[in-house]
Amino acid sequence: MHHALFFHGETLHLRATGALFWPARQVIVVSDLHLGKSERLARRGGTLLPPYETQATLEKFDRDLETTGAATVICLGDSFDDLAAAGSIDDASRLWLTRLMAGRDWTWITGNHDPGPIDIGGSHRVELTVRPFTFRHIAEPGQSAEISGHFHPKARLAGQSRPCFLADAARLMMPAYGTYTGGLWSNDPALTTIMARDALAILTGTRALAIPMPR
Amino acid sequence: MTSLPPALSDWFAAKGWTLHLHQLDMLARAADPATLLVAPTGGGKTLAGFLPTLAELGPNPPPGLHTLYISPLKALTADIRRNLGTPIEGAALKIRVEDRTGDTSYSQRRRQRADPPHILLTTPESLALLLSYEDAPRVFAGLQRVIIDEIHALAESKRGDQLVLQLARLQSLTPSLRRIGLSATVESPPALARFLSPQTTILQADPGPDPDISMLDTDAPPPWSGGGGRYAIPAILNEVTRHKTTLIFHNTRAQAELFFHDLWLANTDDLPIGIHHGSLSREQRSRVEQAMTAGALRAVVCTGSLDLGLDWGDVDLVIQVGAPKNVKRLVQRIGRANHRYNAPSKALLVPANRFEVVECQAALDAVRDHTLDGEPRGPGPRDVLCQHILATACAGPFDADQLYAEVITAGPYGVLTKPEFDACLDFVATGGYALKAYDRWQRLKQTGGKWHLRDPRAAALIRQNLGTIIDIETLKVRLRGHGAPLGEVEESFAASLTPGDTFLIGGQIVRYEALREMTVEVSRNPGRDPKVAVFSGTRFATSTLLADRILAILQQESWPDLPAHTAGWLDLQRQVSRLPDPHSLLLESFPHDGREHLVVYGFAGRNAQQTLGLLLTKQMESQGLAPLGFVATDYATLIWGLDPVTNAAPLFDLTTLKDGLETWLSGNAVMKRTFRSTALISGLIERSHQGRRKSGRQATFSSDILYDTLRRYDPDHLLLQITREEALRGLIDFSRIEALIHRVGANINLVRLPRVTPLAAPLFFEPGRIPVQGEGRDRLASSEARNLMEAAGLT
Repeated sequence: MHHALFFHGETLHLRATGALFWPARQVIVVSDLHLGKSERLARRGGTLLPPYETQATLEKFDRDLETTGAATVICLGDSFDDLAAAGSIDDASRLWLTRLMAGRDWTWITGNHDPGPIDIGGSHRVELTVRPFTFRHIAEPGQSAEISGHFHPKARLAGQSRPCFLADAARLMMPAYGTYTGGLWSNDPALTTIMARDALAILTGTRALAIPMPR
Repeated sequence: MTSLPPALSDWFAAKGWTLHLHQLDMLARAADPATLLVAPTGGGKTLAGFLPTLAELGPNPPPGLHTLYISPLKALTADIRRNLGTPIEGAALKIRVEDRTGDTSYSQRRRQRADPPHILLTTPESLALLLSYEDAPRVFAGLQRVIIDEIHALAESKRGDQLVLQLARLQSLTPSLRRIGLSATVESPPALARFLSPQTTILQADPGPDPDISMLDTDAPPPWSGGGGRYAIPAILNEVTRHKTTLIFHNTRAQAELFFHDLWLANTDDLPIGIHHGSLSREQRSRVEQAMTAGALRAVVCTGSLDLGLDWGDVDLVIQVGAPKNVKRLVQRIGRANHRYNAPSKALLVPANRFEVVECQAALDAVRDHTLDGEPRGPGPRDVLCQHILATACAGPFDADQLYAEVITAGPYGVLTKPEFDACLDFVATGGYALKAYDRWQRLKQTGGKWHLRDPRAAALIRQNLGTIIDIETLKVRLRGHGAPLGEVEESFAASLTPGDTFLIGGQIVRYEALREMTVEVSRNPGRDPKVAVFSGTRFATSTLLADRILAILQQESWPDLPAHTAGWLDLQRQVSRLPDPHSLLLESFPHDGREHLVVYGFAGRNAQQTLGLLLTKQMESQGLAPLGFVATDYATLIWGLDPVTNAAPLFDLTTLKDGLETWLSGNAVMKRTFRSTALISGLIERSHQGRRKSGRQATFSSDILYDTLRRYDPDHLLLQITREEALRGLIDFSRIEALIHRVGANINLVRLPRVTPLAAPLFFEPGRIPVQGEGRDRLASSEARNLMEAAGLT
């Protein structure tokens, strides 16, 4: 169900669902939920996608929270597809989210899609440090013990393509957790320039499998 | 009887051309609302279609669009324009003829709408666009006639369904519109007539003499499997030298490329030979077509891309490489070598491997006996209807009841119910979801009883996505530097390339350099062992007719009609294992290459064999046999996995198979593929147009996610219904599986062998392998991950 990664002195569980769990501190991290994507696409005159992605993402998140029992939550940016989406989230989903947030220490990191504060509770930060890690939306050069998202990495194994974590000695990159999120191949220059030669890709899916990052 | 302008009759007379009987008939019937002409190639079919038009227009007609000519091929329209030009200019008639396709320049297209020619030659896709503009009523105001060429080809695909909906639209715009359909030989002219219009007169031209068709005699025997006809190259080259122009047909583009490459290497006499298929660039295809018209080529290696098209007078031999799969298509294809109307067409069949020899023999027998195959198509697909509704809305507001009344005049949609139509309209307008989420943003709104686009600006984007042919995502291939376009390859193939890889395209070997802006950049690199791009084009299933004939041939004691190498091979199969027969079901089980294999010789046709693969692997999975994948041909299904099958009877229990059918189908690769196509056609997903992607580094996500989401949250959604229908329609051959199981009863024979058998060998080279997700793959993935980590020194 998860791949255990030893990263800067801490054991992290890279879950097959795409969430990251830090058992020692009861912290769960998810990235790039892109809630409200279907509404945003419709609003911008595009096609009308099945409007269930918020529900599907929240269901998965609910299960992850339940299973891990996490007390602290970090949403690593692009939690909402745009700021208007955050505002027009339907009542049922808003209620659900509020229920998930109740009793938990909840941080929303701002992303490029949702670069401002959102009227939904929790704390809103550009980046967050919980020693030894720094959490931000987009990886920055020359960093260490950094956990970031944004790129939606994916990789292929045994004929299957899957969103994946990318991990090297200095940094950890999260897969996109949201339902309607596309992916960027790990061998794209945007990723190969950031991640070290010996980086791993940990694929999500029915189980979390680690392989050398395809370049 | 309408008569031709005197200047034109005189011109024909001066040229020494007399009109064929069916051409005269066309003139006689010019006032009929709809006419279907069934004629072989070389009979002046296309000219016959235009004669009523020329007669009505006369030498000096007033301006305005009079006749629309529709062909499935872009290339054909350009050639027809030239060909029509000859008599028109010869007789100095002041008739303007222009063509309009995706290749027509933007400025030319704008002008055509403002100032249409008398005769416009176009394709169904371009017509869809024309009808989607607000000025459609004005452009088509004076339209008198529409001619549909190669209608037999259009009627077999969704392009045809789209076309008849458009014809219904045109008929509403101009009620006096008359229709002409031009067709090659078909098994049921009345069915095609109904497709064209509710009231069609059928004209059958003299079919001409029977074709002269036989199997090619070669020194070397065909290989046991795969091959693509390369063993026959010396014999084929010999035939080319003995004829004026030869068309060499292949069943897939990849085979055509490989064959052309090897043919060229053997072409020591330097005969001019070209290659033509759908993935080559337009420039390349044009060059070949022009060379053919000029009689400059001795042979063209091609695919179904040349099934339709101009009657090239110099073609006097058709070679079919690879088993024909379908007698009707073979007969139509042979007709391409009919350069004199009443001389027999000449054709040679070249089986690609020894099993195909049997299939070719069956095809020869069927052609000789004049038995054509054909399956009725079923009701009009609703995803095409959805696109049509959207396109109609682009042109202007419409009344739903009126549109429905118009739609049901189109043959395939004659049985469409009003609720079914309303469901499509609801989908187009709001997405048709159980969760009403899009009130503010719906695509269509009703105002004053008429439906219209909520946002007129959306029309431009909608127009970019009109068109029904679903091509797998392709990327253009260009030479680095001068950027000459070479053709296209499928995206998945491009993704598998690393710089330095070489592959074949257009007959030359190129080296992959880089992927830049959705274009594959290559350099010329003559070398050895190129990879072969795999293109998935249309794959035809062998008809029941042919499959039955093949089984019958296999029952013979001996095979004096077949070449010795094939008879020997069948004999070997009989000794080593056994030959399939109509009264039992033969299964073979053997190990190969580290996996266990099971072959099911059902002879039920590709679609039914594929279904069988799905159902059997599901059964095997639940029995812990860890299947990994399967591939199906028209005769057999090959399943591979980690554990052998020892007890076969429970796998074929009909009740279990039937009960599980619907459940087992959902969530698998075949359904997802069908859904993707439906989602694209109906407008749920936008196509990435000609490689141009929406901005941003993330590609659009796959339709699989949409499929899973709908299945979970909206299982009765229209698109899932359509997907189920489509999949079932292809899979309705479940009835063939039922027939098979009834026929064999308890006679299921599982033969265990130590290695691959002669009859099973061809299956290993069959493309289109379907992976099975399950325990087997999990075990494989785990062990592959472990291996990769160990190899990298990490554990």
